Amino acid sequence: MRHRFDLRIGPVGFRIGSAWRAPIAALGQLYRGYPKPVDGIADFTVRLEPETRWRRFVRPSVAIRGDFTLPDAAPLALAHGLLAAEMGMNLQMALGQRRYLILHASAVERDGRALLMTGHSGAGKSTLAAILGERGWRFMGDEFALLDPATGLLHAFPRLVSLKNQAIAAMEAEVAPDRFGPRLSGTPKGDIRHLRPNDAAIAAMSAPARPALILFPRFGFESAERPMGESEVFVRLTQASTNYVALGEPGFDALGHLVKSVPARAIDYPDTGSAVTMAERLWREAGL
Amino acid sequence: MAGPCYEADAPGARLHRSLDALDLIYHRPSGMTHMVSEPVPQILAALAAGPADAAKIARRLAATHDFDANGAEDAIAARLAELEAVGLVRRA
Amino acid sequence: MKRLADALRDPATADGLDAEGWTGLIAAARAEQLIGSLAFRLEGRSLPPRVERIMEEARTSAAQWRRSALWEAEMARRALRDLDVPVVLMKGTAYAAAGLDAGVGRSIGDLDIMVPREALPEVEPALLEAGWEWVKPDPYDDAYYRQWMHELPPLIHRERDRMIDVHHTILPLTARVTPDAAAMLAESVALPDGLRILSPEDMVLHGVAHLFADGDLAGGLRNLWDQDRLLRQFGADKSFWVRLGARADLHGLGTHLARALRLARRIYGTPVDRVIAGRGRLSDLWFARRLTARDGWGRETRKLTVFAFYVRSHWLRMPPLMLARHLWTKWRKRPA
Repeated sequence: MRHRFDLRIGPVGFRIGSAWRAPIAALGQLYRGYPKPVDGIADFTVRLEPETRWRRFVRPSVAIRGDFTLPDAAPLALAHGLLAAEMGMNLQMALGQRRYLILHASAVERDGRALLMTGHSGAGKSTLAAILGERGWRFMGDEFALLDPATGLLHAFPRLVSLKNQAIAAMEAEVAPDRFGPRLSGTPKGDIRHLRPNDAAIAAMSAPARPALILFPRFGFESAERPMGESEVFVRLTQASTNYVALGEPGFDALGHLVKSVPARAIDYPDTGSAVTMAERLWREAGL
Repeated sequence: MAGPCYEADAPGARLHRSLDALDLIYHRPSGMTHMVSEPVPQILAALAAGPADAAKIARRLAATHDFDANGAEDAIAARLAELEAVGLVRRA
Repeated sequence: MKRLADALRDPATADGLDAEGWTGLIAAARAEQLIGSLAFRLEGRSLPPRVERIMEEARTSAAQWRRSALWEAEMARRALRDLDVPVVLMKGTAYAAAGLDAGVGRSIGDLDIMVPREALPEVEPALLEAGWEWVKPDPYDDAYYRQWMHELPPLIHRERDRMIDVHHTILPLTARVTPDAAAMLAESVALPDGLRILSPEDMVLHGVAHLFADGDLAGGLRNLWDQDRLLRQFGADKSFWVRLGARADLHGLGTHLARALRLARRIYGTPVDRVIAGRGRLSDLWFARRLTARDGWGRETRKLTVFAFYVRSHWLRMPPLMLARHLWTKWRKRPA
């Protein structure tokens, strides 16, 4: 492939090939300083290639391919090449990750313990994790948290934070401009801007943490909280995992142990400030 | 009239975990995880003694548990049909 | 990719690979659905730590495919057990169920079974009753399928989300080669649980039929690896080759078998009977190129060769007049 970028995010190494320079240049800029795959051997390969040969130049159309593919996936415009690369990496994880149980959750760490936030799209978990990462917590990831069935520890996956629509302005107010990718409009999910995790997150990416609190945030409601039962948490977490079924018995053991040993709360919040306050309070109340 | 006779895998084929409201069963041969409530775990345990129909299971359960036997056989028969559909029991 | 075939044939050939070499080999293996097989071939060897990790995960994945596949077979067995019908497992599930070398590390997708054609009217409702449902509700496709294809229209289980393909013979009735399905059923072998598998000779010939007469050789490298494993396991017994030759003639697959044997020998070094394999042909090279047309990024290379095989495969599957009508009807029915 003409252009190439290799990187490691947490414990996972990627090799990304592209028929066009622009997506690779964007990756190189936003992922500068990230380590390379261990021993130069990537866990997954992503390929950004033209849907058909002539689409390399005429109305360029980026098909997302690699070790694991969705055969009917619609290609993206070249202007969204960075998004295609991110989606490609997500796809490899979602379809191919077998060592770690993938939780569709954001995570931050303090004192070696992890706060997990999970919920439906738009619930605000990405933004909350990004904000907490700027308020003294160590950012571990905005979309995937990796649970190691062998140890019960959570491993960071600090890829670029994918900010959508209103969340973009919220973070632009908090963070230096050189950490942002281009504004991508007209994507299937509306406006997107990618945010590079801060230096503390990148430096600590290989340090796992013990899960200590799980929050199910819901944006756009009066502040409220309630405890969640083990069964409810288990169901929500399996729904939020792309590889629970594939992992089999280790997944069952790991998730069962997690829900029995880690407290969980559902929180409603009207704005991020309230959410941060609630999270800090619940963390203290949990004796953490 | 006797209903169908069912059998289950040996207990070692399943992993069990109790949560607050429900129980989890991991079925090794299928790799599937089931969330179940009473009397499903009890029915599966009762089948460890050998194949049985709903009536026989009701009797086995009555010997070891405290429960209302009225309508128990119908409820057990319904659960058995569900368990058959997901593969946790099969016709003997 | 030749390096992939070499590594499968002789794992020692991978010893000298550098990081780029390993990365490319792994990508090619995944693209060819051979990563599980490769991982088992490399098991126990001294590998770079990262590679060992990837191979271990591939072996774990393979164990899951195997478990899922055998479970699907078991659920089909339960659904059909009250009918007095032979149910023959095919392809990867059969290899796994029978504990054959060809099943080790094999990626297994849908469940493929074969039943007698006259049993289809009973088999269909039994499967629907047990929770399978039709994938495509298009009546034209349905009529075409039932009349000409070698299988029922695709069924998927509504809870488990897994597909089952129910065949009554091994190639479409429109194909130019028409193997003898009744003979295959007659010679099938029973497993302890009552499900059946094809006889060793028919198992090889089924693979041969799909390698050439049915497909455009996509997935051919894996198919041929199946053949290598089967032929080595069964071929130690000399009488196997005698029966294989006779069965090939019965099913009209003699020429295809010969080429398959030559290709397996060329690519994997499989020991084959020279008489049955016959003389090498120039076109063997063309086929070999097609089979190894995969690069270190996992992409198909040699596009012209691939396209030529695609056309050829359709030519083999359907008589030209039928092909034209089929494509025309499908074209007309496209949404405006």
